[in-house]
Formats: sequence, structure tokens, C-alpha cells
Amino acid sequence: MAATPTTVPTSAGPSRPAPAGYWQRLRGGDEAAYIITFMAAAGILAITAMLVLELYTNSAASRSKFGWNFLFTSTWDPVNDQFGALPFIYGTVVTSFLALIMGIPLGVGAAIFLAELAPPKISDGLTFLIELLAAVPSVIYGLLGVFVLIPILRDIEPSLKAVLGWTPFFTGPFYGVSLFSAGVVLAVMIIPFIISISREVILSVPGDQREAALALGATRWETTWDIVVPYAKKGIMGSIFLALARSLGETMAVTMVVGNDPKIKASLLAPGYSIAAVIANEFTEATGQLYTSALIELGLVLFALTIVINGMARLMIIGADKYK
Amino acid sequence: MRKRLVTRVALVAALATGVASAQQILINAAGATFPYPMYSKWFDEYHKKFPKLAFNYQSIGSGGGIKQVTEGTVDFGATDGPMNDMQLKEFRDKRGFGVLHFPTVMGADVPVYNVAGINTDLNFTPEALAGIFLGKITKWNDPELVKANPGLKLPAADIVVVHRSDGSGTTYIWTDYLSKVSKEWETKAGRGTSVNWPVGLGGKGNEGVSGQVQQTPNSIGYVELIYAVQNKMKTGKVKNLAGAYVVASLASVTAAAASSKEMPEDFRVSITNAPGKDAYPISSFTWLLVPEKISDPAKNKAIKDFLKWMLVEGQTMTSALAYAPLPKAVVANETKAIAKIQ
Amino acid sequence: MTNLHTLRRKTVNVLMLTITGLCTLFAAGTLVYILGYLFVHGATSLTWAFFTKLPTPVGESGGGMANAIVGSGKLLLLASLFGIPIGFLGGVYLAEFGGTTFSYIIRYVTDLLNGVPSIVIGIFAYTLIVLPQKHFSTLAGGLALGVMMIPIAVRSSEEFLRAVPNSLREGAMALGASKAKSILTVVIPAAKNGIMTGIMLNLARVAGETAPLLFTSFGNRYWSSGWDQPISALPVMIFTYAIAPYEDWHKQAWAAGFVLLSLVLTVNIIARAVLSSKKHVAR
Repeated sequence: MAATPTTVPTSAGPSRPAPAGYWQRLRGGDEAAYIITFMAAAGILAITAMLVLELYTNSAASRSKFGWNFLFTSTWDPVNDQFGALPFIYGTVVTSFLALIMGIPLGVGAAIFLAELAPPKISDGLTFLIELLAAVPSVIYGLLGVFVLIPILRDIEPSLKAVLGWTPFFTGPFYGVSLFSAGVVLAVMIIPFIISISREVILSVPGDQREAALALGATRWETTWDIVVPYAKKGIMGSIFLALARSLGETMAVTMVVGNDPKIKASLLAPGYSIAAVIANEFTEATGQLYTSALIELGLVLFALTIVINGMARLMIIGADKYK
Repeated sequence: MRKRLVTRVALVAALATGVASAQQILINAAGATFPYPMYSKWFDEYHKKFPKLAFNYQSIGSGGGIKQVTEGTVDFGATDGPMNDMQLKEFRDKRGFGVLHFPTVMGADVPVYNVAGINTDLNFTPEALAGIFLGKITKWNDPELVKANPGLKLPAADIVVVHRSDGSGTTYIWTDYLSKVSKEWETKAGRGTSVNWPVGLGGKGNEGVSGQVQQTPNSIGYVELIYAVQNKMKTGKVKNLAGAYVVASLASVTAAAASSKEMPEDFRVSITNAPGKDAYPISSFTWLLVPEKISDPAKNKAIKDFLKWMLVEGQTMTSALAYAPLPKAVVANETKAIAKIQ
Repeated sequence: MTNLHTLRRKTVNVLMLTITGLCTLFAAGTLVYILGYLFVHGATSLTWAFFTKLPTPVGESGGGMANAIVGSGKLLLLASLFGIPIGFLGGVYLAEFGGTTFSYIIRYVTDLLNGVPSIVIGIFAYTLIVLPQKHFSTLAGGLALGVMMIPIAVRSSEEFLRAVPNSLREGAMALGASKAKSILTVVIPAAKNGIMTGIMLNLARVAGETAPLLFTSFGNRYWSSGWDQPISALPVMIFTYAIAPYEDWHKQAWAAGFVLLSLVLTVNIIARAVLSSKKHVAR
């Protein structure tokens, strides 16, 4: 071991007990601790690097054959070895978008209620319940989606069509499984995340802002909506992006209710497909090098997508943390 | 400290379960959902006979069977769509030896449907089936369907097509039939374990398609006969090459095998759209895919023994599950072929 | 004029209170509904056979998920053996030796890993372990789940270690302990409650993961011995049985769902209770 300068504990003062043997042992312990934990941290780096590498190398056949066109082609034809990611990107984005449209108002609304308007005991109790929702496994959401949600949606579909049928999004036959059904299930899954984080962010807005507004005669709602929420806007946006990142990668719940049809249709009532769902369904049986590598390339696309969204979420939440 | 103790106890427990069942030889297989009810019964009976042998069969679809046996991640595969020459070559290139097809039973793809008010068997012409799956026939009261079913009140509802979302031999059989009876289908989608479906929802496995049709009003799908029987679903009669409307059964499937052409040496044959007035037109063999070389001696012996048992005792169990037993000539040839496994 | 305006503001106030309250009720109510539904359908399907029997041939009733329950246990054991040490030690590094650019990179990469969809982790385990080994195995499934445990283990360990006041560290050092010794004998024990609950929550989350197991642990109708064989797991069985048409399988899927959810929620409730009580003590 090379001679390294000794590290002196800052608060220990000038006198140090120092027979050489004792020092050796001391430093040995510290070095060992440092090395072990450093290796663990480096290991995490290595694992992640390996993951990206595996994804990249195993999708080589598909990448070289289709190039960037892979992202814009909508044919998925295993018989003729023609693969395009567009239907799955479309399905993934649409279902997540739907989830956000339904989840944001409910989630932010509930967060506001829990953070600002509800008495603290009720707020804590309800938050506890809602945070438990985040722990429910995806496959259980799928189970309920198949046996509970889809029959309910079948019943309300005529009314849905009556109200929204004039748009191109709610036309055509409805089979129960659809992009819309997947969107609803995803919405329920992401609401706890939006609520949990938004509530934290809103709670951390400094009290003097509220008090000032109330002192000026604002109602509770006005204080909340016009003063507090804008302060917390960044953090709330961050929670939304986090929820989005989660919903993009959801596999089981989506694959059980989305219909598994790799087509792009305007209507949300039509069956669709998502990246995660097609990988789950077709991976074990993709015969041929090209088919497998096309699926792995889809995995790479999803990975890239979630990195970007997660990155944006972090920036926003870190920005909001400043108020803590 | 407590955590370490708990971990240690758990480790011991896990190892114990490991040791206890270490005597058992586990043979892994995967593939077709078409014969899954039969195979799960066979493997269960065989396990009762030889408790040391456990055949773990995962029904992931014929595409999965072909893929996993080619990769070598399972000891043998199963498919109802025989491997084509390209897939055989890929296997040989990857593993250095070939793979053998062993027919096990014969079964039938039946059209299953869920139409309100219809409680009898519907008659389907080849044109009707092709038209429905091409997306050209969209309503249940289409003239093509009405023509074949005089006297039945078919509703003016949209037809919901359900097909397989995974790589499937059942799909292979269905599309093989459609390709034979419809030039348009042959050019538009073709035959394969996974095709570019013009219309429809995807269900995973025979299980998924039956489940989907059960739950979706006015839907039609295709499944292996036993899935329709076990789930009490409505199946239709299909018009065969000789012009008769035939229902899928042991007799009609056996007739299809009998009236079709010679069985080639590697056992890869298609018996869809068979001539013969009693033949059910969407019948098929289903195969086990066994590698020519099995290096593990215990597994080698186990698989060979199972094949021999399957060709004798196994065949006596098929009728109970509505699969047709193999023709005697095929059994004889297969018994000889087992020797090819090294 | 002023009165009307004030009335309008007061009405809006009450209205929004009601609306946001309803949103909250919806969110909280969903959980209650899920629990209730699973309880009604699942608890009634719980039979002794479910816990003790192996699956029966397709179409025959009387089967159970004994091997899936044990299988999930084995997979989680392996996952923790792999993921927790790495994650925990990584967290120690970040908390105790942090502040450098390297630790910033580690934190970023950990967050990255956390965001990877579980199905992609399944692909990773497949290409890394299943293909070279040429078989599906408990090992592959366990490692896939282990990788998923790492980021949360890192983050929660780091958080709870950081929460230990510096005075404890400095006190130990003043008494002559090396940094390593003070971490081992003072800091970690002080954070141990939080770390333990973090581990429990981590396990609960990973217990319900299905996607990474689809092509790693694969599935097994029998008991699985050792670590090299395919193995059955509870969430995968739920998936397989739920999409099939057999009524008996549906009942088993509900039962399994109920068992899984009960375990997950129980762990979560205990963990949160411990954590929140801790919050009030360590001031």
C-alpha cells in the first residue's frame, strides 16, 4: 500500500494517540470500508452500463437493417420480417397521455385538498390510504381491469359515445379491450404518485405566503390556488413527469386490457398495443435473429424515452426542493 | 444480527427443499397451447407412474416452442405448425445437429363465437371464414353467412374478430387452411405462426382467445377443439372440400388424416382442407420437437421412454380430451424414428 | 355590489373544497374498492388446496399454488442476497464518503436504473444469464429482481444514514474510533430501523413484479430444486390464470391476488407505522 497522507479528524484537536501499529490498523479499517463501499457503488455503475450495452448489442441486427426508419414505420409483420416501432410508440404515448388527462385533475385536486384544505388528522389518514395504492402490484390492477373495469366500460360505452362520439376519438366498435381501457387503468395507477409528491411539495411552501394572503382577506381556496399552488408548480409538474415515466413502462396491467393489436387508429375505443406489452407477449417466441433484435430495439426505445422523462422530472423536483 | 439469522434460516430452508427434491429429474419443455390439455394430462399421469421424472411444460405458443428449443433453453419443444426449412436450417446452424418432429395427436381448429340469440351450430363456408378474417365480411347478417344458415336469425351486429397475439401453431393451422381456400388471404396475410392480421383483437394462447371470445359479445375466434368443449363454447360447422358441413370430432379429424396424402419421412405434413366427405377441413397433427442429440444421459433416456409410452399408453387417453389418436402406420414409423435420437 | 362579489368568492371556495374533496374520496375509495373486491372474490376462493397442492392438469379442478408461493419466496431471497448488499453498501458510500463528482454520477445512475421499465430488466437478465446458460432458472429471475431492488436500497439507505446527526459520528471519532468503526458501530445501528423498513418496502414492491420473470424464471408446474431450474412465481400465475377461460383458474387467480395483496399491504402498513413513529422520536 502506497504511503498516503494521514487524514486527521477535524474535531479531534491537536493531540492524537499515535503508536505506528495502531495507525496502520486504523487506516486499514478505513481503507477497507472505503474500498468495499466504493466497489458497491462502482458495481451499480457497471450493472447499468452492462444493461445499456446488452440492449445495444442485441438489437444490432434490427438497427442495421431498419436504421432510424424503425421509429417511423408502422408495419409489424413477423412473417415477412418487416418491423416498425410506430404502432407501439403510438400506443404507449396515447395510453400514458390518456392516463395523465384523467389522472392530473384528480391527483392534483386531491393533493390540494389533502395539503391545504383538509384538517390534518383526516389528511394524514387519507394520505396513508392513498399511498398504499402505490404499493398494489401491476398484475393485480390488470386482474381487476379484466374482470371489473372492462365490463363497467362496456356498460358506459354508449353514454360515452353519446357525449363524445362527435370527435374522431370515440368512434367505431368497442370490444372492451382498448387504448381507452388501458388509459383508465394507468390513470388509477399513477394517481397515488401525483398525490403523494404534489402534497409534499405543497406542504413545503413557506407558511408566511399563506398567512399574508389570508390576512388580506383571501378565501382558503383563493390562497391555495392563487398563491400556494403557483409556488409549488414546478414540483407538481415534476410529479406529473414522474407519473408519466412510470406509466410509459407499465407492462402487465396494460397488456391485459389494451387489446394487443399493432395498428394505429384514431379512435381510442379501438384496441392498440404498447411497447412493453408487445415485448411481454412476443419475446419468448420471436424466432429468428431479426425478430428478437427488433423487440430488443423496442426495449431500447422505451429505455431512452423513460430516461428523458425521468431526467426532466428530476430537474423540476430539484428546482422545487429549494423551498424546503 | 437478527437479519443475518433470518437469512441463514431461510437459506437452510431453501437448500432443504432443494435437497429433498434433488432426486427428481426436471425436464423442461415449452410450446404449443393447442395440445396443452393433452400434454398436461400425459405429463401428470407419467409423473404418477415415475415420480422421479417431472416434465415441466409451459404453454407459451408454438412460436415460443420453436424458438426456445432452437436456443436450447428447453429440452424439447412442441408446435402445431411444423418448422419450415429455414427454421430447420437455423436450428442446425445454431446447435450443430438437427431436430426431429414427432407427431403426438391430431386435433382440430374450430371457429368459436359468441352471438346473442344463436344457440346452435352455425355453418361456415370457406368464403365466409376467409371474408371474416380478411375484414371484408363485417356483419353477422352478411349474405354469405345467411346463405349458409337458412332459418337462423343472425343479428345485424359488427363481427369482432379475435386472433392470437402470440406466435401460434393454432394460427398456423388456421392460416394454412385459409391460404388453401382463399387466394386473397394467401397473398394478403399468408400462412405462419404469426401473420399480419388485417383485423381483430389479440388473445394470448388458446386460453386467451377463448377467454376473449367468452367475454366479448358478437365475437368470433379460432381455438383448438378441447378449449371450446371444456369451456362450453359454441362452435361452428365448416364446409369441407367435398361440400358437406362437418363438425369437428374424433371421427372427422381421423377421416381427414386418413384421406390426405402420404406421410413424409420427417412427419411434416399438412392435412387441412382434406378430401373425403367426412373429413373436417381444419384438422392437423401436432408435433413434439426433439433435438437429435440430447447430451444429458438421464434426460435422454427419460425423453425416449416418454415417447415410447406416449405412442402406446398415451394414445389411449386422447379420446377423453377430444383429440384423435395417431394412425397406426404413423405410430409404427415414429417408434422406428425414436432410434434417431442420440 | 361588494356583497355579490364576496358571495361569489365564498361559493367558489365551498365549491372547490367539495370538488377537491371528491377527488380525494375517489382516490382513497379506489383502494378500499380494490381491497374489498379482492377480499370478496379472493378470500372466498382460498382453500386448503390452494396453499398445499401443485397445479393440476388443464381443465381439472383441485389444483393449487403451493409451488408458486414457495417459488416467489425463493426468488425474493435470491433477489435480496444480490440487491440488498450492493444497494446498502452503495448507500453507505454515498452517505459517508460522498460529496465528490463520482458520488454525483452514482446518484444519477442509480436514479436512471430506477426508471428502467421492469420488462427491459427482464430482457437484460435474459441476454446476460439465460442465453449463455441455455436454460431458464431461478438464478436469472432472482438476479433480475435483485437489480430492481438496488436503486431503492441505495436511496433509502443513504437517506436514513444521512439522517443520523453528525454529532454521533463526531462523538465516536473523538473517542478514538476510526471512520469505519464509527460507521459500523454507531451510525448504522442508529439508522437501522429506517434501513430495515426500507428493505421491507423494497421486498414488498419486488414481490409483485411479473414482467421481469416472464422470460427468466419462466414457470414450473412442479417443485423447483436448487437455483438452476425454472420456477413458478405467484404474480406470473395470476397473469397466466387470469387471461385463460377456465373458471377454476380464475378463482385461483383471485385467491393468489388476495394473498399477494395482503402480504404487500401488510408489509407496507407495518413499515410506514414504524417510520412515522420514528419521525416523532428522533428530534
